Amino acid sequence: MSAILRVDDLKVGFATEDGVVEAVGGVSFELQPGEVLAIVGESGSGKSVTAQTITGLTRAPNAKITGSVSYRGRELIGLDDDQLRDIRGEQIAMVFQDPMSSLNPVYRVGDQISEMIRAHRDVSKREASHRAIELLRSVGIPNPERRVRHYPHEFSGGMRQRVMIAMALALEPEVLIADEPTTALDVTVQAQILRLLDQLNRDRDLAVILITHDLGVVAEVADRVLVMYAGQIVEDATLDEIFYDPQHPYTWGLLGSLMRLDQSRTARLAQIPGQPPSLLAPPSGCRFAPRCPHEFDKCHELPALQPRVGGNHLDRCWLDPEDKKSRRAQVIP
Amino acid sequence: MSKGDPLLEVTDLVKHFPIKAGVVIDHEVARVRAVDGVSLTLREGETLGLVGESGCGKSTLCRAILQLTQPTSGSVRFLGEELVGRSRRDLRPLRRQMQMIFQDPFASLNPRKRVGQIVGDPLELHGLAKGAELKRRVQELLERVGLNPEHYNRYPHEFSGGQRQRIGIARALALHPKLIVADEPVSALDVSVQAQIINLLKELQDEFGLSYLFVAHDLGVVRHVSDRVAVMYLGKVVENSATEDLYRKPIHPYTNALLSAVPIPDPKRNAARERLVLQGDVPSPIDPPPGCSFHTRCPWATEICTSDEPALVERATAHVAACHHPRNVEEPAAQGR
Repeated sequence: MSAILRVDDLKVGFATEDGVVEAVGGVSFELQPGEVLAIVGESGSGKSVTAQTITGLTRAPNAKITGSVSYRGRELIGLDDDQLRDIRGEQIAMVFQDPMSSLNPVYRVGDQISEMIRAHRDVSKREASHRAIELLRSVGIPNPERRVRHYPHEFSGGMRQRVMIAMALALEPEVLIADEPTTALDVTVQAQILRLLDQLNRDRDLAVILITHDLGVVAEVADRVLVMYAGQIVEDATLDEIFYDPQHPYTWGLLGSLMRLDQSRTARLAQIPGQPPSLLAPPSGCRFAPRCPHEFDKCHELPALQPRVGGNHLDRCWLDPEDKKSRRAQVIP
Repeated sequence: MSKGDPLLEVTDLVKHFPIKAGVVIDHEVARVRAVDGVSLTLREGETLGLVGESGCGKSTLCRAILQLTQPTSGSVRFLGEELVGRSRRDLRPLRRQMQMIFQDPFASLNPRKRVGQIVGDPLELHGLAKGAELKRRVQELLERVGLNPEHYNRYPHEFSGGQRQRIGIARALALHPKLIVADEPVSALDVSVQAQIINLLKELQDEFGLSYLFVAHDLGVVRHVSDRVAVMYLGKVVENSATEDLYRKPIHPYTNALLSAVPIPDPKRNAARERLVLQGDVPSPIDPPPGCSFHTRCPWATEICTSDEPALVERATAHVAACHHPRNVEEPAAQGR
């Protein structure tokens, strides 16, 4: 299988008054067709900037982007707006966290979808609005014939997110990037949206990049997981490897600090002390070292993202994999 | 008052917001039934968790309990005294005993004030300390919540989200309250920071004998901190019991659905369990469905649910639920399926 999307040593920096914020510091990964790839990390870890850079949304006068993003062999970094438009929506579509601010409040939902279709395809208004109805139906919105005439405020949060997904699917893209698609939603609605994404992935063979901070959501839909910390990938592994054989102490910390429903209550939660480093001047060695309880002298040097336990399981940690097992057991039982 | 005595007793609390129309003379056209007859008891030293989806009335209930909004009717007794109907001046001495921690650590701290002022203002307003004594007490508080006392003169924007939440906690602690109402105190924070704040809140509870009314939509967080949990749906409490009973044997179908909707961070267990995915959305609290307000989304709803509102009755020991077709009980009440 050849990857449809390949990101290679992507770096994104933003010039600010205080200096350059290195939001993404050298990220490389591949997305296979039909795969659900989750990018997990806390706020400021660079997960959203990575995703937005793929679709060219971080291009700004103060942004400095290096490295490569290629879609089916075509380089996306450096394309002009017109060229990018052929990719965006057509091949790679995006869904955002906040469905209210992503829709235009003064246009009917159906018109917004039709407009998008007509911007890319040579079809009549009638055909486009017919297509909008079908799209709304396909994402599980009841009464789509009536709903196309409604305005965004007449939809609930979950329904709005369905509209956003319908719009993203309008041009039948191969890749859907979903940036925290369920974070603003209630759990019962989140379950519905996740089920929908899963179904789209299966039925249409849609490849999905899911950006989230919620490991529960990851466990539910992902095939492979990237864990990001301070602008870098610290672990890249399959779903089962991340949950049952995690190699990086930051991943352990994330798993250990969860308040889980499937385990008995503990008196005290494992917590990661401190807070993520400033990206104005990230630590020169391992970026997690200042918060890591297992830090030793080698950590002054930045470990490469490479396989250390075999296979395609990559991580950035100097600890000996055998030595890790007992250390890990203290954080996650 | 000793541990275990009721500290806060809420009875039939109602808060409706009228929707008005009219150009010259307003008239009420409808009302939002944000809180629609809620009864709760919080005991000294306990944590009562309150869960529910957005719009179910959790936050309005908190505000109505603390008299930050005037309840439409009902009673709130705190330390044996009735709060509803008191004037602001009469409430003041009691306010020292009940404090609040807010969800958004960015919006709940005045950006123009220094941390020292934010935490010290309650002490000064209640005439408990001033001058050097005030500064000493504030620095003690900052240290207790895990902040550097040297940061006394900094502004809120110089702190991260987790640190700001610590400032909010220090402010709430300043007056040595008995009750702290925490409205989604960790939902704006990252997981690793959430764990820090939850651990801190638990330590403080043991140290100062605090009682918490802990509101959250995250069922994992609520389970972790609470002794008892009440589940709200459309302005009403639909289930209330000891924490482990609620999570192990949820009786109300809504509680079952909520628990089943939470993804478990364990791929194998997650795939193995049976899921109950609810259809549709929460109905509008302006025009709640007749009968049981959950019947529009309930997979077990029958005729009776559309007409008769179920009462909140005890289905197991100290475990109440409002449902005609309760789950996880063997009683004859499970008829009609």
